[in-house]
Amino acid sequence: MAQIELAGIERTFTLGDSRVHALRNIELAVSAGEYLAIMGPSGSGKSTLLNLLGLLDRPDAGHYRLEGRDVTALSGDEQAAVRRDRIGFVFQSFHLVPRLSAAENIALPLMLSGMPPAERDARVARALHDFGLESRARHRPEELSGGQRQRVAIARATIMQPAMLLADEPTGNLDRHTGQEVTELLEALNAGGTTLIVVTHDPAMGARANRRLMMEDGAIVDDVLASDMTR
Amino acid sequence: MTPADTLRFASRAAAAYPLRTALMVLAMSIGVAAVVVLTALGDGARRYVVDEFASLGANLIIVLPGRTETGGVNPGSFITGTPRDLTVADAAALTRAPLVHRVAPLSVGNSEIAVGGKLREVMVLGTTSDYAGIRLLDLNQGRFLPPEADKQASAVAVIGSLIRKELFGSEPAVGRMIRVGDRRLRVIGVLAPAAKGLGMSHDELVIVPVATAQAMFNTNTLFRIMAEASSREALIPAQRQIEQILQARRDGELDVTLITQDAILGTFDRILGALTLAVAGIAGISLAVAGILVMNVMLVAVTQRTGEIGLLKALGANTTDIRNAFIVEALLLSLAGAAAGYGLGQAGAWVIRLLWPVLPAWPPDWAVIAGVGTALATGLVFGVMPARRAARLDPVQALSRRGG
Repeated sequence: MAQIELAGIERTFTLGDSRVHALRNIELAVSAGEYLAIMGPSGSGKSTLLNLLGLLDRPDAGHYRLEGRDVTALSGDEQAAVRRDRIGFVFQSFHLVPRLSAAENIALPLMLSGMPPAERDARVARALHDFGLESRARHRPEELSGGQRQRVAIARATIMQPAMLLADEPTGNLDRHTGQEVTELLEALNAGGTTLIVVTHDPAMGARANRRLMMEDGAIVDDVLASDMTR
Repeated sequence: MTPADTLRFASRAAAAYPLRTALMVLAMSIGVAAVVVLTALGDGARRYVVDEFASLGANLIIVLPGRTETGGVNPGSFITGTPRDLTVADAAALTRAPLVHRVAPLSVGNSEIAVGGKLREVMVLGTTSDYAGIRLLDLNQGRFLPPEADKQASAVAVIGSLIRKELFGSEPAVGRMIRVGDRRLRVIGVLAPAAKGLGMSHDELVIVPVATAQAMFNTNTLFRIMAEASSREALIPAQRQIEQILQARRDGELDVTLITQDAILGTFDRILGALTLAVAGIAGISLAVAGILVMNVMLVAVTQRTGEIGLLKALGANTTDIRNAFIVEALLLSLAGAAAGYGLGQAGAWVIRLLWPVLPAWPPDWAVIAGVGTALATGLVFGVMPARRAARLDPVQALSRRGG
């Protein structure tokens, strides 16, 4: 059984008088542990698809089954719980809370889950160690470099050990070298079994994925497995 | 999110915007301080008046000649002529009332006092030995009018402390002769200073036996009779007994007025209590203004932190978490404002007490509780709307804004 199953997903936005068809009849199945890149020009609907996969947005029609469970029918707070426990987000602009230290930002999902502070601190300490941020634990985001900020964001996204990691242009605000590091970090997590879905403009980054979705005008126009291409 | 985490998160958020937080705490504290200071003033005025009347002496009944009608003009107003005067005999008759403990007749007039070459205007009070007990007068030197002098025009006088100071300076006054009007009197006592009450200071008074005063002013009427009931509970029945005795002595007509300090006190207490409440209400308006400011500031905070709210939602915060975080933040700001305002108000009341020592300007407990309570309630009430707005934000739209 696929981890993610999308069937007949439709999503339209109303912008002024015009209706924008952001997603058209999306059919998609993603297995656990896959490494998927969603590519396409601006406005092709890839971010909308990612938001939908992350339960930040609801489809107008169709069904989304996550780990066998229809999550489109869940209430807002039930979806919040699914996001907290099963999904990790990495954003282009990092989205760190500016007044909180690196450690506190990483601890946010644990705090929201109501975990006791002692257990929380231990998990955060391990994450800081794993991501090489030990010396930066007390620093606030403005005192960190772009690469460090994104590492904090990834640590935060993975602290709950989610089933899938959704990254929206994770290297978009980074230079080539740090972007490379962040990509390798995400791939290492994928190698550990976490499903990784990346939205990107960058063909080089897209080329690293095992599976590539090409989107155009809200529809999936191409779905390529890397193993097929090498053949 | 556990309550402790919510509290920590909200306090960090409040601390992250120091200027905004300081301004809001200031606004709230001014509101609370206004309540505390204004009620302190109002209640201080009330207590001042109450103390003033209490110094008259407890259980006091004052008898005035003439009937004061409060019902406006009635047919009786035209039939009754001038009221009968009060006399020393009336006062003596009142001592027979079982519930009346002490009676002092009062005869008052203006005269001149002269010692050596010094001369001044003075108010002369003719009364009896019981007056000192009724008005709780203390003597600095000598003694008060002796009971033997009650019925005869003895040539003795008790003088107020200010009179003694002006006429005798540092010399001893007791035993000296003074001239009051056309009479020579011997000073037998000097009153202790600061005996106050009803605007008549005993410091500038010369007290003589009532017969002496009546002879001096060539009259046989009295200004007032002061009677003291045997206890507080006896005040009303004693009043009735006095009325009966005087009515019997006046051919069945009761043309006197009785005043108890209780009645005066009660009236003043009510008036000034209402005044304090009104002033507190006015101060309450500033609290309401502060409350609207809380709402405004929290709404701005929600807008400022839209990105952060979107992030928290993406990380799995449910609507309750976000609503609570914002309500707690509003409450914390209000609480800080209330605490600061309480301190500010107490300081203000202290300054008032320093500037006007006679005014016991202590804020009443109810006002302090109401002020601080209202501040917290406003914070809560006006914090709910912004918090709900924050909780309802759409995560996708919230995230797309670069708020955080």
